[in-house]
Amino acid sequence: MPNDIGHSASSKRREDVRFLTGVGNYTDDIDLHRQSHVVFLRSQVAHGRLKAVETTAAAAMPGVLRIFTGADFEGVGGIPTGWQITSRDGEVMQEPGHPVLAQGKVRFVGDMIAAVVAETEDQARDAAEAIELDIEELPAVIDMKAALAEGSPKVHDDLTGNLCYDWGFVEDNRDAVDAAIKAADHVTTLELVNNRLVANPMEPRVAIGDFAPGTGDSTLYTTSQNPHLIRLLMGAFVLGIPEHKLRVVAPDVGGGFGTKIFHYAEEAFCTFAAKALKRPVKWTSTRSEAFISDAHGRDHVTKIELALSKEGDFLAVRTDTHANMGAYLSTFAPAVPTWLHGILMAGNYKTPLIYVNVKAVFTNTVPVDAYRGAGRPEATFQLERVIDKAAREMGFDPIELRRRNFIHDFPYATPVAVEYDTGDYDATLDKLLEISDHAGFEARRDASAKKGLLRGLGINCYIEACGIAPSNLVGQLGARAGLYESATVRVNATGGLVVMTGSHSHGQGHETAFPQVIAKMIGIDENMIEIVHGDTANAPMGMGTYGSRSLAVGGSAMVRATEKIIAKAKKIAAHLLEASDADIELKDGQFSIVGTDKSVAWGEVTLAAYVPHNYPLDDIEPGLEETAFYDPTNFTYPAGAYSCEVEVDPDTGRVTIERFAAADDFGNVINPMIVEGQVHGGIGQGIGQALLEGAVYDDNGQLLTGSYMDYAMPRADDLPFFQVDHSCQTPCTHNPLGVKGCGEAGAIGSPPAVVNAVVDALQRAGLDVTHIDMPLSPARVWSAMNS
Amino acid sequence: MYSFEIERPATIAEAVAALKGEDAQALGGGQTLIPTLKQRLAMPGVLVSLAGIDAINGISRNGAGEFCIGGGSTHAAVAGGAGAYPALAALAGGIGDPAVRNRGTIGGSLANNDPSACYPAAALGSGATIVTNAREIAADDFFQGMFTTALDEGEIITEVRFAVPEVANYQKFEQPASRFALVGVFVAKYASGVRVAVTGASEEGVFRWAEAEAALSADFSAAALDGLTMSAAGMIGDLHGTAEYRAHLVAVMTRRAVQAAG
Ligand SMILES: Cc1cc2nc3c(=O)[nH]c(=O)nc-3n(C[C@H](O)[C@H](O)[C@H](O)COP(=O)(O)OP(=O)(O)OC[C@H]3O[C@@H](n4cnc5c(N)ncnc54)[C@H](O)[C@@H]3O)c2cc1C
Repeated sequence: MPNDIGHSASSKRREDVRFLTGVGNYTDDIDLHRQSHVVFLRSQVAHGRLKAVETTAAAAMPGVLRIFTGADFEGVGGIPTGWQITSRDGEVMQEPGHPVLAQGKVRFVGDMIAAVVAETEDQARDAAEAIELDIEELPAVIDMKAALAEGSPKVHDDLTGNLCYDWGFVEDNRDAVDAAIKAADHVTTLELVNNRLVANPMEPRVAIGDFAPGTGDSTLYTTSQNPHLIRLLMGAFVLGIPEHKLRVVAPDVGGGFGTKIFHYAEEAFCTFAAKALKRPVKWTSTRSEAFISDAHGRDHVTKIELALSKEGDFLAVRTDTHANMGAYLSTFAPAVPTWLHGILMAGNYKTPLIYVNVKAVFTNTVPVDAYRGAGRPEATFQLERVIDKAAREMGFDPIELRRRNFIHDFPYATPVAVEYDTGDYDATLDKLLEISDHAGFEARRDASAKKGLLRGLGINCYIEACGIAPSNLVGQLGARAGLYESATVRVNATGGLVVMTGSHSHGQGHETAFPQVIAKMIGIDENMIEIVHGDTANAPMGMGTYGSRSLAVGGSAMVRATEKIIAKAKKIAAHLLEASDADIELKDGQFSIVGTDKSVAWGEVTLAAYVPHNYPLDDIEPGLEETAFYDPTNFTYPAGAYSCEVEVDPDTGRVTIERFAAADDFGNVINPMIVEGQVHGGIGQGIGQALLEGAVYDDNGQLLTGSYMDYAMPRADDLPFFQVDHSCQTPCTHNPLGVKGCGEAGAIGSPPAVVNAVVDALQRAGLDVTHIDMPLSPARVWSAMNS
Repeated sequence: MYSFEIERPATIAEAVAALKGEDAQALGGGQTLIPTLKQRLAMPGVLVSLAGIDAINGISRNGAGEFCIGGGSTHAAVAGGAGAYPALAALAGGIGDPAVRNRGTIGGSLANNDPSACYPAAALGSGATIVTNAREIAADDFFQGMFTTALDEGEIITEVRFAVPEVANYQKFEQPASRFALVGVFVAKYASGVRVAVTGASEEGVFRWAEAEAALSADFSAAALDGLTMSAAGMIGDLHGTAEYRAHLVAVMTRRAVQAAG
């Protein structure tokens, strides 16, 4: 039975009331006294030498306060990178400078050349158009393999070339993997592209810089998933503002999906300019701007080889990936194709030998960084596609081939450095076959055939590493930050709680789920608990929300802080009851002496803490407020099995998703409705990647998919009703809640199911199609069928 | 968006006069023009809104039995009010989303002549008459290539007249992102013969497929199209589909339109 915990397990999301009735407080809703507006002049060429930026005429235009160019940022720090990757040869990665405004060169369409601050946005835009640019266009570096070829133009003149790093993992296994592949009965090879995506959160990015001349304090309001990280990166590395003089506020944020993790130059600009002008400076991205300035996701080109015995045992996996970094290194960019990708290459299988090679490449494109799943979808996609291909080549049932190779004994140390604590991959697969009515597929296929449509079935498994991450481990791997999380639990005199967390909610429902955890621990109504997040002025230093970490890591910090609260409250209760605190138990909001009917209520104890007339002042301080920092000892490993049934129209190549099922093991579940919602959204994005989405550059570095006219977002009618299940629960063994994280699973698990299903449909129709690159647009499917 | 003045005439004559002004441009539903302005891709000094002109709004039948749709009628109005010409109503109901259909107008769509728009296929496929403040223009003369029409500067589409066919159907294969027509085919069978108009496919904009018309005029059945293919020459090729794919879709959609028309 699922262990769905909490007083009312599927509590309705309390935050939705304000979101859905238009009374949220998003960054763009904030307007400050004497606020000015900035418009960025962005490069329209992908690669060019910036010879002159003539601003005199523009600066004289109505309303213009000041125009900034790269020259204003000489001596100011550049936008930093949070990870350093070491190449196979022991050299650290090449790390180019990233000035706030372009200096010397422009390196992608969207690169910021100048910033016009004016009284109104329209005035700023008018003046931006009047700036005269002299740019000597250079050949654009777009294709990753061409970028690494001898003689390719360089994105950064001061680097040795366009290779950021050449990472091998596990390098010591390389020869053994090569030998195993050479000696194997069968080797299946697959070359594929993991398509570049634009995150497209509903709310575009916004930044407002503010400066208080009286105190010298700076404030940045920004659409961020991790305000503390922005404060640290921007304060320490870019602007040189100590953290106690810098406040970062990320209020309601309308979706992030990764792209709002990173520290962006616009944030640094607004903070810098507010101080320079002694006026608030606001920037609101247009949707068109978002396409060319929000970090993109994915963009891997991969060759994977799977070696098998003739019985179907996986013997070795070797992969070779080119990962696009874009023009500059975004905050987490170097980590995504390496530590979030290579360590997942075992999947759910006991493959003994694995070697992953990743070449990260600079190109004249928007920087690429984490997007929902970040590295794990790329790992899952190639692995689950190559397994499907191997099954076909060798005549195995793709389900049985997977089962045969499942890991059964936990904990399990993979050959790619991580140790899975728990899992039951047969259980999720069995559950999947049940909820997807696997047995009914043939009948549904016949029904489709009668309509002239080709039906196919795709199944895959997935595993991910969430609950990111043990600080000492990531430190060894090159992270320049710790990845703990924090919580301060402040109990008020009348018994209500305010919980300040470093986790940040931008759609995940923290304000609902987090109180459920604490309410259960104390035995009080969850409505007595308020979650406060998103403001460095009141929340303790925390690392924010991404990598499905908030409940596993942030929730654990809350549990630890609440445990401290309860321990202290028991001491107060013991005093009030004239008993020993060892004899006090807390149940349903009542402290009682074990074995007696003597008790005091939660509210009496909290009142005593703040009105300490009758209080053990010699032993403990008044007040009831505790902080805890939680640093996980391992990743968590959610896993599951997904299935997709498609119909392909043979005349047009159009694919429709007819059924989609997901059986996930997230460990314990606090709020099943929120979990299901997260899975639904993830699947929506995964299907988006598989069928619709794809950012495409032409050879000159122009983004051909720069608006919704050409970038296809998934819409409700592209998706079927989903069957989702989370009843297979193997709780995480190393965090106090036993939770694993559910935010990214849907986006990780779904693309291979879709592509496997389409290939299955075509193969069943007798077509020799072994792979189609995403997105599986009608045109691509039709071409594959007719080539 | 650059700033502009807005005028709201109540009569065609006032609108025509207002459009004589320098940098004046007609504003229909704004579903094409406003996004263009927001991107600062156009800079009209004055927008002349046609929305308040009652004379170009509404749907009626004339003595000749033609369906007469005011140039300012919205897609939603046509979807709901053109029941006597079901293929046309269905086409209008398939444009964009409800917000677009509640604002966008037939006059604006035809005047714009987007190569992927739906209405041009209906107008050409029905041999419609485009009535302006100055004259009547046969659909065969109206469309003159991508975003180009026979309209003169400042000329307003006041009405579009459709002869109602015996049977007709529009098949739209959507471009996945914009959901405009990647290829759309309008087939209409009249006593005088069959018309087949294709949108979305050609670099020249909407066009008639003469071979299919001839075959279907002789035998209005899907079988009559057997062996008929469209050449890829002159077809649009872009990231949503090659010229070959579009040419192929023209044949598929024509067949489906004939089948659906019954
Ligand atoms: C999200 C979205 C989806 C869409 N999907 C589709 C689709 O699937 N199929 C499709 O066909 N279209 C689609 N459209 C376009 C839509 O149909 C527009 O409404 C139409 O193309 C323009 O009509 P309008 O009345 O909005 O014209 P406007 O945008 O106001 O004007 C367009 C042009 O026509 C001129 N004009 C306007 N009215 C007249 C008139 N009466 N006489 C002379 N000139 C005039 C204007 O000066 C301007 O140059 C879509 C639009 C959007 C925003």
